[in-house]
Parts: sequence; structure tokens; C-alpha cells
Amino acid sequence: MRRLGKRREPGWAAAILGALAALALLPLATRRDDVLNFVFLILLSITLAESWNIVAGYAGQVNLGHAAFFGLGALVARTLWIEGTPIVLAMGAGALVATAFALAIGVAAFRLHGAYFAIGTLALGEILRTTVSNVLSDISTLPTATIGAYRLSHRYYFALGLAAVSVVAVAALGASRIGLGMQAIREDEEAAEASGVGALRLKLTALALSTGLAGLAGGLFAYYHISYYPSHPFSPHWTFDALLMTFIGGVGTLHGPVLGAVLYVFLKEYLALHWVDFHLLIFGALFIAIVLLLPGGLVQAVERARRLLAR
Amino acid sequence: MSALAQQLLLGLLIGGLYGLAAAGLSLVFGVLKVLNVAHGELIMLGGYGAFWLVALLDLDPFAALLLVLPLALALGLGLYWGLFGFVVRADEETRIKNSLLIGFGLALALHALAVRLWTADERSIVTPYGGAVISVDGLSIPVVRLLSLALAFALIGGVHLLLAHWRWGKAIRATAEDWQAALLTGIDVRRAYLLAFAIGTGLAGAAGTLVSIGYSISPSIGLEWTLKALIVVVLAGLGSMLGTFVGGLVLGVAEAASASVFGGPYREVVGLVLFVVVLVVRPRGLFGR
Repeated sequence: MRRLGKRREPGWAAAILGALAALALLPLATRRDDVLNFVFLILLSITLAESWNIVAGYAGQVNLGHAAFFGLGALVARTLWIEGTPIVLAMGAGALVATAFALAIGVAAFRLHGAYFAIGTLALGEILRTTVSNVLSDISTLPTATIGAYRLSHRYYFALGLAAVSVVAVAALGASRIGLGMQAIREDEEAAEASGVGALRLKLTALALSTGLAGLAGGLFAYYHISYYPSHPFSPHWTFDALLMTFIGGVGTLHGPVLGAVLYVFLKEYLALHWVDFHLLIFGALFIAIVLLLPGGLVQAVERARRLLAR
Repeated sequence: MSALAQQLLLGLLIGGLYGLAAAGLSLVFGVLKVLNVAHGELIMLGGYGAFWLVALLDLDPFAALLLVLPLALALGLGLYWGLFGFVVRADEETRIKNSLLIGFGLALALHALAVRLWTADERSIVTPYGGAVISVDGLSIPVVRLLSLALAFALIGGVHLLLAHWRWGKAIRATAEDWQAALLTGIDVRRAYLLAFAIGTGLAGAAGTLVSIGYSISPSIGLEWTLKALIVVVLAGLGSMLGTFVGGLVLGVAEAASASVFGGPYREVVGLVLFVVVLVVRPRGLFGR
């Protein structure tokens, strides 16, 4: 049983936001697109991992259909943006649609518990993916004029802002009464209900927050990529990436998903560069080793090391 | 009318394989309380195992099944000792999460391995009698698929008998029901876990073999088959092997019916919707205990 308490992690929040602020200077320091693209990938991953962390890490509901909300955000934002809506509004609309869809299915989905919730959401994600890939089978490419005006640094600052928003959101949630209620549900739903926590309402709140952020991240994806298949952001690998990053880092903490996302992207890109053919094999094996050796993720490893040093 | 009947018949034939794919997953989920999301990858490996045996040793594919089965059982033992044996030490909530993580890692690694070994091309085993068809009342029944259905039923029936009568089969069922009580009555729960996982992997290997004979395999079919198996597990519920087989047939027929009514692309969607409805209305499944 973990100790419950409003998790105030101002130290970590300040450190992460400080690091993000420093990254704001990166486009001024380098003009290399590969560096900016790499950091963009990390920032997008942080947002995605933190968004998944809200519903799985705090409220304890392992949502395996997260990609559906990322995909919905991307689909709506892309469509509106190409038709001329300003990108900020388009992304907002994408997030709204993702949240509305989440609330609509959430009431039914939360009748399921534990593994059944995980299986049910996995299936929901797949329903959306197959439907989108059948209905919209053509690749989506930006109009030539938009490609001409494409500035990577714009996308980069959007990603930076979104990562900061997600970190602030999770920090605020962890320090709040709602966040405390969610953690109570995670530890023991019946006991939480008995002590006056409205489980369904809080789980829906967690899902709405989580999917809203995922929708925004999807909008960012739609803004960033010049061409992709509309079903691509619905692919289950977005869910698995978020899950893996969150667990590698430390689920249910503010800094865990951030550390996890950084390590995950670095590791994957490094292995892809140096072990072209075998990189996914090594990556999978390495990942299994991390799960078996560090069940609490990097956060727990850091804690252990700190305690050893303090002795 | 006969076109629809033909579709439904083909659905029934593949439904048997859905049932076989789900039987292994159901056994592992029901007994160990772990969710092995790499189950589809195990099916994929079984398919390639058979493909290799046929290509290298020139065996008859149905004879290859006799070799794939023990190999898959051995793989199951290895996977349990190397990975899942660590997962079952935790409490049930943690088990689910850790098994998801390990399953994803395993799925990633096995997929990469399969692409490396066999390339990403789609393959299927070709036999001289592969095109043979029995005609009944204007319906044509592919012989190979009919044989696969019969074998799937025989395998599931065999496991059903094992669980019902074999000493360790009873131990496995007792463990599934309440592992603490089973432990108190002197059952070696770890051994029951090991056996259930090995049998589950063996069933996956057999399912893969039959898929590669009547249909086709590629390294990326894993997730698709995991989903089909999960759908059937939820449709049928835990605790009944024969119920799982019937659940597989139901899914196969439902998919075929929706493909004829709404068109091929919506084949999977209707199956998934059916699944979500059953999950919400009757979480124990149609035949669950």
C-alpha cells in the first residue's frame, strides 16, 4: 500500500519547467533541423505520456485505447486547419471532440474494472482505427502553399508549450483534492467510495483531462506532419508508447513520465542508428529487463540510489 | 441467398481457429490472472514454425502440427521460467499491469525477430490438396479449412478432457478458482501455473500452424490475433473450454454476416462492437462461470 497524500512536487515541477524554458533558446542556438526534430519528438512524447499518466497513474485505470483520442484530436484539427481555421482554434476543437467522445463512452467503459477495462478500451481504439482507415483511406497531404510556408520552429514552440501545459496540469492535479481522490480510487475503489469519494465522477474527470491533453497532442501531430495516413495517429503503438514511457519512468508521479519519455526516445533513436536491423529486438528485450529489474521505474531506482548514498 | 450461406460457412470455418486461438489465452488469463498481449505473436511463431518444418523438412503440414505442438509447449515452459514466472509473484492488480508491459516488450521483440528471420512478406503453406473442395447443395467447403476446424475442435476437446480428468488438470482448475485455497489443500500452485502457461502456448502454436495452412501469416498478424482471441475470451467468458470454442464460432459467423451485409471493410468493426456490448452488458461472458 502506497502512502496517500497530496503529492506536492514543486522541486520537480520547477526543474522540469526550467529545463523546458532553457529548451526555448534551442532554435536560436542551432539551425539544425535534425536536432529540433529530435527534441520535438521528446516534447510530443512527454505530453502523450503525461496525458496517459493522469488516467492510469493517478486514477489507476489502464486505458489501452488512448490512441483513439490522440487520433481524434489529429483528425479534427487537421481537417479544420486545412480548411482555413487558425491552428490554435483547430487544435482546441480537436481536444474538445476527443474529450466529448471520451465522456460519451466513459460512462459505459467504467462499468468495467481492471483487466476488463483494459481489454474494452483496446477494442474501442481498434474500432475507431479500422473505421477511419476504411472510410479515409487516402493519404492526407498539406496544400503546396502551406508546405512553402512551413516553419519547423513554429511547431517546436507549440510542442514546448504543450509539454509545459501537461506538466503543469499533472503537478496541479497531484497537489489537489481531486488528485487525492483519484489516488484513493487507484488504491482501493470500494474503500474510496465508502469514505465519500465519488468514484465515477472522478474517473470521468481524469479521463476528460487525459483525453483532452491527448487530443491537443494529436492536433500538434497534425500540425507537424506534412503528410500521413489519417489512420496513422489511431495506431495502437501510440498507446503502447505512452504506456511504456510512463512505466519506464515511474507511473503516478510527475517526473516519471518525463524521465521515461526522454530515456525512451533516446534509447529508441540510438538503437535505430547503431543496430539498424536488430534495434526493435534489443529494444524489446531491454524493455522487458527494465520491467523485471525495476518494477517501480526510474523514479524508484533514483530513490534507492539516494537512500544508499544517504546511509 | 447461397452467397450469404457460403459466407456464413466460411465464417464458421475460421471461427474454429478463433476459438482455438482464444482457448490458450483464456487458460492463461483464467489461471495465472495475467493478460498475455503477446499471445498473437506466439500464434505467429507457431505459424512460422510449421512453415519452416514444411519448407525445410518437406513434411506434410498436418504432420508438422505434431512437431509444432511439443516445440510450442517447450517455448511456453521457457517463457514462464524466464518471464511470466516473475509476474505471478505479485498481487493480482500488479500482475495485470506487469504482464501488459512484458507482453508489449515481448510482442515488439518477437515481431522484430520474425521480420529478421522470415522477412515481412505474407506467407502460407501450399499443399497439393490445398485447392480441394467438397460440394454440398451448391455450397463449396474447402477441405483444408474443414480439417482445420475439426482439429481445432479435437485439440480444445482434448484440453477440456485433460482439465476435467487429469490429476494436474484438476489442480489447474482449483488454482483458477482460488489459488490460496488450492495452496492450502496442498496443490503446488506454481506447477499449476507453469502447466497452464505451457498448455496455453501449445494451443497458440497449434492455432498458428492451422492459420498458416488454411490462411496466411506475416510477422504483423500478432496484434490482430490477440484482439480476436480477447474478443472471444470476453464473448465466451472464462472457465469453459468448449464455451470458448462456441464463442469463436459465434465471432466467425458474426463477422461473416456483417461483411455480407455492410461490406468487407466493416467485417472487424461489427465483431468489435458486438464485443464491447457483451463486455458492458454481461462482463462474465455468455458461458462464464
